[in-house]
Amino acid sequence: MMKSKADEEDYWNSSKFKAFTFDDEDDEFTKLKESRQAVNSICGLVEEEEDEDEVEKVSWSGEPVGSISWSVRETASSLREQSFPKIDTTPSLPKNSSGYSLSSLFKGKEVLSDSSVRLYAPELRKPKSEYKVTAVSLEKFRSLQEKLLLLDEAVGVHDGNVITAVLIYLKKSLSKEVLFRELESRQTALRHFIHYLTESKEQRLLLELYRALGRTEDEALLQYKEHLRITDENKRRDFLKSCVSLPFSPEDAGHVQDHYTLLERQIIIEATDRQAETGGKVEIFQKFPRRASILNMPLITTLYYCCFYHYAETEGTYSSPANIRQTFRIAEKQYFVTALAARAKLKAWHDVDALFTSRNWLGFTRKKSPLSFSRVADILSKNNAPVQVLQEYVGLVDDVELRVALAQKYKCHFIVISTYRDLKDRQLLLGYRGKVERGSEEERKIDELLSNPQIRWKN
Amino acid sequence: MAHSARRDSPELPDFSVLKRLARDQLIYLLEQLPGKKDLFIEADLMSPLDRIANVSTLKQHEVDKLYKVEYKPVVSTSDQLCFLIRPRIQTVKWVCDVVNADKAAGKFKRYKIIFTPQKFYACETVLEEQGIFGDVSTDEWAFYLLPLDEDIINLELPEFFRDNFLEGDQRWVRTGGSALHLFHSIYGPFSKVYGIGRCSKMVYESWREQVKEGEQKARQAEVGTVFLIDRDVDFVTPLCSQVVYEGLVDDIFRIKCGCVEFGPDVTSSDKSIKVMLNSQDKVFNEIRNEHFSNVFGFLSQKARNLQTAYDKRRGMDIKQMKTFVSEELKGLKQEHRLLSLHIGASESMMKKKTKQDFQELLKTEHSLLEGFEIRECISFIEEHINRQVSYLKLCPLSLYFFTGLLPKDYRSLKAQYLQSYGVDHLLTFANLKQLGLLVEQQPGETLTVMESKMGKLVNDKTAGKLTDAFSSLAKKSNFRALSRRLSLVPKSDEEYDLRVPRDMAYIFSGAYIPLSCKLIEQVLERDGWTGLEEVTRLLNGHEFAVTADLRPQSDAQRIILVMFLGGCTFSEISALRFLGRERGYKFIVLTTAITNSARLIEAMLDNHV
Repeated sequence: MMKSKADEEDYWNSSKFKAFTFDDEDDEFTKLKESRQAVNSICGLVEEEEDEDEVEKVSWSGEPVGSISWSVRETASSLREQSFPKIDTTPSLPKNSSGYSLSSLFKGKEVLSDSSVRLYAPELRKPKSEYKVTAVSLEKFRSLQEKLLLLDEAVGVHDGNVITAVLIYLKKSLSKEVLFRELESRQTALRHFIHYLTESKEQRLLLELYRALGRTEDEALLQYKEHLRITDENKRRDFLKSCVSLPFSPEDAGHVQDHYTLLERQIIIEATDRQAETGGKVEIFQKFPRRASILNMPLITTLYYCCFYHYAETEGTYSSPANIRQTFRIAEKQYFVTALAARAKLKAWHDVDALFTSRNWLGFTRKKSPLSFSRVADILSKNNAPVQVLQEYVGLVDDVELRVALAQKYKCHFIVISTYRDLKDRQLLLGYRGKVERGSEEERKIDELLSNPQIRWKN
Repeated sequence: MAHSARRDSPELPDFSVLKRLARDQLIYLLEQLPGKKDLFIEADLMSPLDRIANVSTLKQHEVDKLYKVEYKPVVSTSDQLCFLIRPRIQTVKWVCDVVNADKAAGKFKRYKIIFTPQKFYACETVLEEQGIFGDVSTDEWAFYLLPLDEDIINLELPEFFRDNFLEGDQRWVRTGGSALHLFHSIYGPFSKVYGIGRCSKMVYESWREQVKEGEQKARQAEVGTVFLIDRDVDFVTPLCSQVVYEGLVDDIFRIKCGCVEFGPDVTSSDKSIKVMLNSQDKVFNEIRNEHFSNVFGFLSQKARNLQTAYDKRRGMDIKQMKTFVSEELKGLKQEHRLLSLHIGASESMMKKKTKQDFQELLKTEHSLLEGFEIRECISFIEEHINRQVSYLKLCPLSLYFFTGLLPKDYRSLKAQYLQSYGVDHLLTFANLKQLGLLVEQQPGETLTVMESKMGKLVNDKTAGKLTDAFSSLAKKSNFRALSRRLSLVPKSDEEYDLRVPRDMAYIFSGAYIPLSCKLIEQVLERDGWTGLEEVTRLLNGHEFAVTADLRPQSDAQRIILVMFLGGCTFSEISALRFLGRERGYKFIVLTTAITNSARLIEAMLDNHV
C-alpha cells in the first residue's frame, strides 16, 4: 500500500450516517466517560496499596511469566545472546498435578486418586486398528477389483485418514490412467486425493488429474495460482501472459487478462518513477516520497497512485489516470471516488472542482457527480478541506434536512442561512443568529435578510 | 442485569479433569523419551498447551529448551529432539529436513514426533519417503478436549472447517468421534442424540463404532442429551456482525483460546495485556451475554458502586478499617482492575466501530436478512469495495447471496472486488463457490429444475455424493423459506427491548434468531424432528434422532451437549445460554473451534503461496 494503515483508514473512513448509535449515542458515551473517570479517580487510591502478589506477573511482552508462549519467546531471544535465562523464579506447580509417575497408571487402573472423580483411563495408546491393519496388509490387494473394493470400504467407514492411506497405496500401485478413471466415479475418494496432492504439493500430477477429468477451470485456476510463487516481476508478468490462454470461463479470462496488463504497466510505471524519484528533479516525488513500490498492487490502488502522481498526464501515457480508466473499464463512480480521494489528499481543490464541473452547450457550467454530494463533502472534510471548498458541495445536497445538518456539521454558515431563507423560516434564522460569531459577515447577512421587507416569512 | 437462573437449572459437570487427563498423557509421552530434550512446539498448539501445563511441568520432565516450529533450520545443541505438532504434511516435511540436515552433518540424535490429537498415515508416508522412517519415533497425544470455560469445550482445530467443508476431506471425522467418545466415557452415557448434517452423521457413527470397540462401565450420567450440528447447516449466523459483548470483543480483538490481548488503547498505558476471558472474571461474566448497548449502563453502575464501596473507608475507625482491608479491599481491587479493563475495551470498541460505519453495516445486514431495500444494500457493499475498506466486506456480500443474489449484481460486484483487492482473489471466489458460500445463480427456471432434481438425489443414498456439488444451489433460495417457516426474522414493526430480551433474536439486536440455535430449540421441544420435515428438506436432510434404552434421568437430560462441527460463534453460545435460562436447560458447547465472520472468510483465502 502507498500509505500507512492508520493513514489510510483515516482517509477512507467517512461517515455519512451517525455511526454506532444503538440508541442515544451521546448519552451512552458520556456515561461511559463518566465511569472511566470514576474508575480512574480510584486509581491513585488503589495503587498506593497495591500488593504485588495480586497482580499477575507479566513479562515485558505482556505474557504471563512461566507460560509456554513466554518461554518459547525467551528461547528465541536467547539464541542471539547464547545464554538461556534462568526461569527458576517461575511459580512452581501445585503439588498434586504431576507428582506421580504416569507410566504405572496407564494400565486400565483409575488414574486419579481423587475418589470424587469417577474417571477411568481411556486406553491412551489404543491401536488405531483400521489403518494400521490396512497399511500392513495393503500389499495383498493386487487385482484392480480388490483395490477398488478396498477403496470403497474405506470410503464407507468415513475415516479420511484411511481413505487417504488407501489412495496413497493405489497411487503407488496403479497407473495414473487407471487411477484417474476409477476416481472419476468416486467423488469422495477423488476429493481426498485432490486434497492429498495439494498438501503434498504434487502440482504436476494434480494438473494431469484435472485434465483427465475434463475439469478445465480447476486446471486453469491451479496453474494461475502458481504466479504467487514467482517473485521476479518480469517473470511473473510473462507467466501471467501465458495464463491468459488457459481455459478459464470467459468472465474470468477477462480478469486474468487485466491482471497481466496491469502488471505490465506497473513495471513500466515503477521503472520510470523510481528513476524520477532518485533523479530528484520531479517536485511531487520530493514533496511526497513514495512509500512503497506500486508493483503487484490492486488496480484501484494503482489508479489512486496515478491520480496522485500523474494526474495531469495526457491519455497517451501508461500512467495517466484517464488511460487506466479506459483500459480497465473502471466504473464512473469508482473512478470518481478514487480521483477525488487522491486530489483531496493533495489539497488540489482546483482539480476537485474540475472533476465535478461539466459545461453544457450554452457554455454554462454546472456540478455533476456520480456519487452523492454528501459523500463528496464527507471525503473532502476528512482531508481538511477549507469551508470555501466544502460549502460548494454541501450546497448541492438536494435533501434540505441533510443539507442543513451537514452545513452545521462543517460550519458552512452561509449554506445554513440561505437554506433558511429559501424555507422562509424566520424563526430558525433568528435562532441561528445566536450561533454565528458576533459582528461577523454571517451575522450581517442574517440581519440583512431579517430586515428585508420583500421576503414573505412563513413565521 | 444478570438474569436470575431458573431454580431447577441443573449443575454443570466439572471439566477440570479433562485438563488433568491431557496433561498426564503428555507427561507420559515425554517420559517415553527419557533424559534431557529440547521441545519444538507448533505455533498454534502453544496457547492450548498453556491452558493445561506450564514451563515447570515440562521442566520436571526433562524438557530443556522450548522452541516454536518456524520452518527454519534449528540451532538446538541437545541430542534429543521432540516435536509436538499437528499432523500436517508441511510440518512433517520440515522435521524431515531437520533430521536429514543432522545426518548430513554427521550428528546422531534421537527424535520423537508427538502428533496431536492423532497421526495421519499421510504424515508417516512423508517420513518414509524422506528416508527417515525408523529414525524418528512417533506417538499420539489424544488431546481432544480443552475446556475453555465452564460451559465451553474446544477442540482447537480451526482447519476442521476448511478440510471438511471446502476440501471434502473426512480426516477429522474420526477425531470428532473420538472427542465425543472421550466425553461420553467420562460424562455419559447419553440417552438421546440428535443431529443434522452429513459430518454430524458420520461423527455420530464413528463414535458408535468406538463405543462398540471399548467397554462401557455402567454409571450415573452427568450429561444425557447430545445435539450435533454441521456448520454448513447455517452459514448465515456466523456471517453476521456480532453485537453481544463477548462476540464483539472476539470480532474486534480476536479472542484466542479463551484469552484476549488488549492493546495500549484499552489499557491506557504503553503496554498490552493478555486477559483470560471466562466466568472467573466476575465483571465479564455479567456482561458477556449482553447486547452491547446495555453494557455501558451496567459498567457505569458498577463504577458508581465501586466508588461507594471505597468511600466507606472514610470515617472508619481502626478496627473497622482492619476488617475492611482484610475482607473487602482485595475483592474491590480485583473488581476495580477488571472494571477498568472492560470500560477501556468498550471505549476502544466504540471508537473503532464509529470509524467503520458500523451502524450502516448492521442496517445493511438486517435489511438483507429481512429482504428489504436490497438496492441500498448493494450500493453500500459496492461503496465499501470501491473504498477498499476491508476484504471482510465479502461477508455482507456472501450474506446477500444466501438471501438472493442476482446474477448481474454478482458479476458486477465480483469485478469491482477484484479491481479493489487484486485479481488473485479469483482463487477466493472459486473457494467460496466450492463451499457454497457465494455462487453465481442460474437464471430462475434452470434453478427450479435443478432443485427438483436435487430433491430426488437427496433421497437416493448412492447419489449422496452428488449432493455436494449441487447443495450450494439448493441453499440459495432456501434461506428465505427457512426464515419464514421458523420465524427467524421477527416482525420489524414491533419495538424490541434489548434490556428485556424476549427471544434469542436479542443477540442480533432483535433482528434475527440464529438458525442453528432455533433448530436446537425446536428439536428439544419436539423431542425429535417430527413436524420439521419441511425444514429438514430445505436443509438437505441428514437429520437423525436416536434414543438409547436407558432409565431417563431428569437432571442429566436437561444438560445438553451441543457439538458444532466446523466451529461456532460466541453469539450462538450466548443465544444458547439464554435458551437454557428460559427453559431450564444447561448447554455445554463442544466445538471444533470458535469462529466468526472474519475467520470464516479467511479460511477461504488462497491468494498466498
